[in-house]
Amino acid sequence: MNEATLRAAPLANDSAWGGVSWAVARDLKLALRSRAELGVQLLFYVIVVTLFPLGIGPDPATLRTLGPGVLWVAALLASLLALPRLFAADFADGTLEQIALSPYPLPALVSGKIVAHWLATGAPLVALSPLLALQFGLDGGEIGVLVTGLLLGTPTLSLLGAIGAALTLGVRGSGALLALLILPLYVPILIFGAGAVESLRAGLVPGAQLSILAAGLLAAIVGAPLACAAAVHIALD
Amino acid sequence: MSSSTVNWFRYSSPASFFPLAGKLVPWFAAAAALLSVLGLWLGLVVAPTDAQQGDTYRIIFIHVPAAWMSMFIYLVMAFWSALALMFNTRLSAMMVQALAPTGALFTFIALVSGSLWGRPAWGTYWAWDARMTSELILLFLYFGYLALHAAIADSRRADRASAVLVLVGVVNVPIIYFSVKWWNTLHQGATVSLTAAPRMAAVMLTAMLIMSLAAWFYAIAVTLLRVQAVILEREGRAAWALNLAGAE
Repeated sequence: MNEATLRAAPLANDSAWGGVSWAVARDLKLALRSRAELGVQLLFYVIVVTLFPLGIGPDPATLRTLGPGVLWVAALLASLLALPRLFAADFADGTLEQIALSPYPLPALVSGKIVAHWLATGAPLVALSPLLALQFGLDGGEIGVLVTGLLLGTPTLSLLGAIGAALTLGVRGSGALLALLILPLYVPILIFGAGAVESLRAGLVPGAQLSILAAGLLAAIVGAPLACAAAVHIALD
Repeated sequence: MSSSTVNWFRYSSPASFFPLAGKLVPWFAAAAALLSVLGLWLGLVVAPTDAQQGDTYRIIFIHVPAAWMSMFIYLVMAFWSALALMFNTRLSAMMVQALAPTGALFTFIALVSGSLWGRPAWGTYWAWDARMTSELILLFLYFGYLALHAAIADSRRADRASAVLVLVGVVNVPIIYFSVKWWNTLHQGATVSLTAAPRMAAVMLTAMLIMSLAAWFYAIAVTLLRVQAVILEREGRAAWALNLAGAE
């Protein structure tokens, strides 16, 4: 390695991290200024969860069985509902084009946006989950596994969903289309997330499911920003 | 490109691929028809009745080839999608577009034939076991591809966007294939493998393999026919297409 590349290497590294932190800071600031919108998404989660006891009936044993699955499905839907805000506004007013033209690598900027999106929409949802789980009569250990699963799973939902959100930019009827594209990809996370609580109930250690969720998260962290950046480029063509 | 080697890129142009596809279609269609007649005769007439399952097992002559093709066609779509994104070739994306409906059809056939077999064999049309669920997800992935491609008006953008989607969804194929090993669920494991002696009567195996070949040739014939239609739809106004129309 010659001297020039030695000097260039840390700079390139800095610019990737710089892109991530710039995008996180900007999107979090924007999110804080639209708190009402974030509140609505959180309320959507609460209301969907509330509908299930009303539809199924208030039998505690049934609700306890269904609880983890209901919370996970509601989390999937809430995550889906929040996805358009990731790119749509920036795409509509041309900001996304300026972002793509910036010297920062686009995957880094996209990663930053996804991180901010999860902090604004996914993290509050995870924080609210123990309360809703109590309503379904889950005990302390089950709530712990459920929340751990959601902590590992919801970032993956944001990462995968970001690809779909970028692919459907500027497309007619993009809301329903986004659901068709993304929900099938969410299925494994739902299975392992709800399965972790199930295996705890069966007297097993939920470590296997949680490990798979963590592995999925790591794979998504590596792959999703690249796919998402490619999708943004295609949308801007 | 030197003239001493075969120029593979020649056929990446829709104009030169169109006549080649036209020449190949009748051959593959004829092979598919012959093989399926032979395979069905072997499977439905010659093959003996199974000792445990009676005649219901005969659905494997449709079910297994359809299930194989459903996964294989998705992999082929992923291959062409990768080429389309890397080399920006129009024809690769057209191939993906031509393959998708056939892949969805085979997935649907695999699901329906499986559930018809499940009723007498397992006592239920549907169980939420790993392989069925992931095959159902595969069907949704095909639908997602078709919907995304149809929703984007600009066909070049539609090609590239849906190519990304196909490549993201390809993770599902190994999950379907190994689901029977990873999760010990209702659907039985593979009876046929390359590494062990087959655990079924030779005539049944032969019939199933012939039906699989028939499914392959059918898929190739239909895809080539459909890719011709896609080419004409997109480039029907090009000089070569108008010349072709004038010559015939």
